[in-house]
Amino acid sequence: MQHTSTQDTLVGLFVAAGITALFFLALQVSNLSALTEKDSYTITARFENSGGLKVKSPVSAAGVKIGQVSAISLDPKTYEAVVKMSIYSQYNNIPSDTTASVFTAGLLGEQYVSLEPGGSEEFLKNNGAIEITQSAIILEKAIGQFLFKSAEEKK
Amino acid sequence: MIELLAHLGKNTRSSFSKLGRGTFFLLQCLAGIISVLPRPRLLLNQMYSVGVLSFLIISISGLFVGMVLGLQGFYILSDFGAETTLGVMVATSLVRELGPVVSALLFAGRAGSALTAEIGLMKATEQLSGMEMMAVDPIKRIISPRFLAGFLSMPLLATLFSAIGIIGGQIVGSGLLGVDEGAYWAQMQAKLDFYDDIINGVIKSVVFGFVTSWIALFEGHDAVPTSEGISRATTRTVVNSAFSILGLDFILTALMFGDD
Repeated sequence: MQHTSTQDTLVGLFVAAGITALFFLALQVSNLSALTEKDSYTITARFENSGGLKVKSPVSAAGVKIGQVSAISLDPKTYEAVVKMSIYSQYNNIPSDTTASVFTAGLLGEQYVSLEPGGSEEFLKNNGAIEITQSAIILEKAIGQFLFKSAEEKK
Repeated sequence: MIELLAHLGKNTRSSFSKLGRGTFFLLQCLAGIISVLPRPRLLLNQMYSVGVLSFLIISISGLFVGMVLGLQGFYILSDFGAETTLGVMVATSLVRELGPVVSALLFAGRAGSALTAEIGLMKATEQLSGMEMMAVDPIKRIISPRFLAGFLSMPLLATLFSAIGIIGGQIVGSGLLGVDEGAYWAQMQAKLDFYDDIINGVIKSVVFGFVTSWIALFEGHDAVPTSEGISRATTRTVVNSAFSILGLDFILTALMFGDD
């Protein structure tokens, strides 16, 4: 039965190749490994305006990615955007007086949360809140203000 | 005028009765799968002729589709100075759309037409009725293993197509056109999601595999048992599969990627 056994081998190789391709897509093409291997804890920050921030937008400190946005909702009383962020557990020493700002990567790039650590001795714990925040800069608003200001100066 | 109406009515009735027969055939075929499981040899033989023999055309097409995407994407993106997002473009279009759709179309042409011709010829040479005489159910013995093989091979082939295409895009993009290799992979990893993009692509190919195998086997089983009938059935397999794949792709895309 030489013929059948080569057939078996080829079918086996085919199935193995298909599964390898799926692993390749999972690990090399998508970010599955980055999501699953790290434990994280949640902190929240309130912004006047969260701009174009989305779920899964990166959270970084000093340019290093330390977590990602897990949920964004609107506070019905204060009309502020409540942004929940999962921070990888290895970065558990974020001071409680840290400043959170929404920035844009490049001119057309995606928006991200940048954390600038303060000098407090106390660190943020799970479900802790960042008190000092800086809203996203809305380009249209900034241009509007600039035009308004230059018109005022001419008077 | 009356003749025209009668003709129209006859056509409508026959297409509905065909749909009914097709559904009944599918149910029989699904029921027959249970009896395939204790005989994996039947499935293995069909996996070979449906899957392994389609591998070459799928991988070569995947390579060239990926290379063309890399080339075209580079020319468009370099106008905006965004060549580094080439990887995102190639991978997204392959994983979400081109991988499942093009490999299903090739699969219908390569394996579907062969299945129809094989079953149709078995019917024309009365092998199927011969089996029935010997109290062997041709649905369980012939149809169900082929159906299961097509259904299992399709997602494997589509995944291979996407993976090889992404590598092809990388060969052209960073090998020939000078896009940074690290940026190609890093941007891709940052933008593509395993569940939203890759698993949805696999689900698409599972649906296409199901539909293509069903159409191919039913057309063969339902063919008029003459040489002309078989040739018509083979044509119908390719045409109907292509329509179903593209139509279903629209519906699945609207369902899966509608909200982002």
